[in-house]
Amino acid sequence: MSDAHYYDRHDLGRFPEIGQHAPELAKKFFDWYGAVFAEGALSAREKSLIALGVAHAVQCPYCIDAYTQDALSKGCDVEQLTEAVHVAAAIKGGAALVHGVQMRKVADHVGM
Amino acid sequence: MSVPPELRLLPTLEERRSPLASAAEQLARVASVPLEPGLEGDFDRALERAGLFPLAARGLQVFQINVGKLCNQTCAHCHVDAGPTREEAMSRATAELCLDVLAKTDIPIVDITGGAPELNPNFELLVTGARKLGRHVMDRCNLTILESQRFAHLPEFLAGHQVEVVCSLPHYRALNTDKQRGAGVFERSIAGLKRLNAVGYGKGSGLKLVLVTNPVGALLPTSTQAALQVEWKRELRRLHGIEFDELHTITNMPISRYLEWLEQSGNLEEYLSKLVQAFNPAAAAGVMCRTMVSVGWDGRLHDCDFNQMLELECGFGAPRHLAEFDEAKLAARRIVTARHCFGCTAGAGSSCGGQLA
Repeated sequence: MSDAHYYDRHDLGRFPEIGQHAPELAKKFFDWYGAVFAEGALSAREKSLIALGVAHAVQCPYCIDAYTQDALSKGCDVEQLTEAVHVAAAIKGGAALVHGVQMRKVADHVGM
Repeated sequence: MSVPPELRLLPTLEERRSPLASAAEQLARVASVPLEPGLEGDFDRALERAGLFPLAARGLQVFQINVGKLCNQTCAHCHVDAGPTREEAMSRATAELCLDVLAKTDIPIVDITGGAPELNPNFELLVTGARKLGRHVMDRCNLTILESQRFAHLPEFLAGHQVEVVCSLPHYRALNTDKQRGAGVFERSIAGLKRLNAVGYGKGSGLKLVLVTNPVGALLPTSTQAALQVEWKRELRRLHGIEFDELHTITNMPISRYLEWLEQSGNLEEYLSKLVQAFNPAAAAGVMCRTMVSVGWDGRLHDCDFNQMLELECGFGAPRHLAEFDEAKLAARRIVTARHCFGCTAGAGSSCGGQLA
């Protein structure tokens, strides 16, 4: 195994290999994944933008590569992608900040 | 209304004396691109596996006329290498020959393209002549041409002859439109669409207005046309009050200026691999060359506009010029193929009429 870096973009194409020791689970996952992204109550384009935002929130480089290309190929422009990233970042930032209330409650309780 | 800014123009491959101005050079480069491991880049073998080799026409539905390479724009992805300095233009004699040939056939659709086809002095002759013959006429319009004073009468002219107008617009927002087609194009295109709406186009009254979008970059269009159309209709109405009838998505072909961009941006190998990998037998069965013939500005005959730009004339014994037009022979001719053909068979497929499968 190369120790140059942990992430290699070509590894995304090897994703199906995760099924090698659990083919039934992999099949369930990939079938479910495909169904999730099909046109439904939300369009495939809307789902792609949500996926791009989540990819940033979970900081998955494979997903960022894949859903940047996917959203662009579904007719989004880079301004729209950037806004999706800001939505994800705002929720992450807000999620951290709103825990400040927890901090204040603890501080109020133990403080004088 | 504010005066639209000047369009930003770029020199064509021909002006820059780029080696890629040569069709033979383009074909050779595309043929020699190494693909990603495991991919077979021979289009005829792909056809063979799909049970479609040799690919043959199955009738003539569309008589496409490319009147020349003159254009007021210089789009970054143009497969024609069109621009304001191009001099190839259909003569009156050739335009009349087109109409003579049409009169002897039953081909129902006449599709006029370029360059900006309206810049050709014989454009209106072709439209009125084909309409007199009772044919459905399509004008592949770049929209910005409608904003020049010389062509201010065009919306009324096109509406008066019930011409279907097919307009290129990569996106309903300015960013990608101007990136692909030149700074200032978006604003003028929106103004052009408003002019077409004003004379009744795009409102379901029989004056059909079609928009065509190509991906801006090394990407395949992966949305279904229907889903994208819903979004475009909503957004063009919301942002600009514009109505239209249909949205078509077209895959970019590795030809001419788009080929140059793919090379220079380091995307060529991966893009070609994507096209090959996405070969779809259902799309291959419905490719547009099987039901059309593409006439060049000089009267030469080709299987499609892409083959025309690659200077691949009709082959395998089929007529090669308007002067020897033979409907029966052309309707059953074998199609000339090369690696660029993977562009029409990838994913949901691509044609001058949009997605195929």
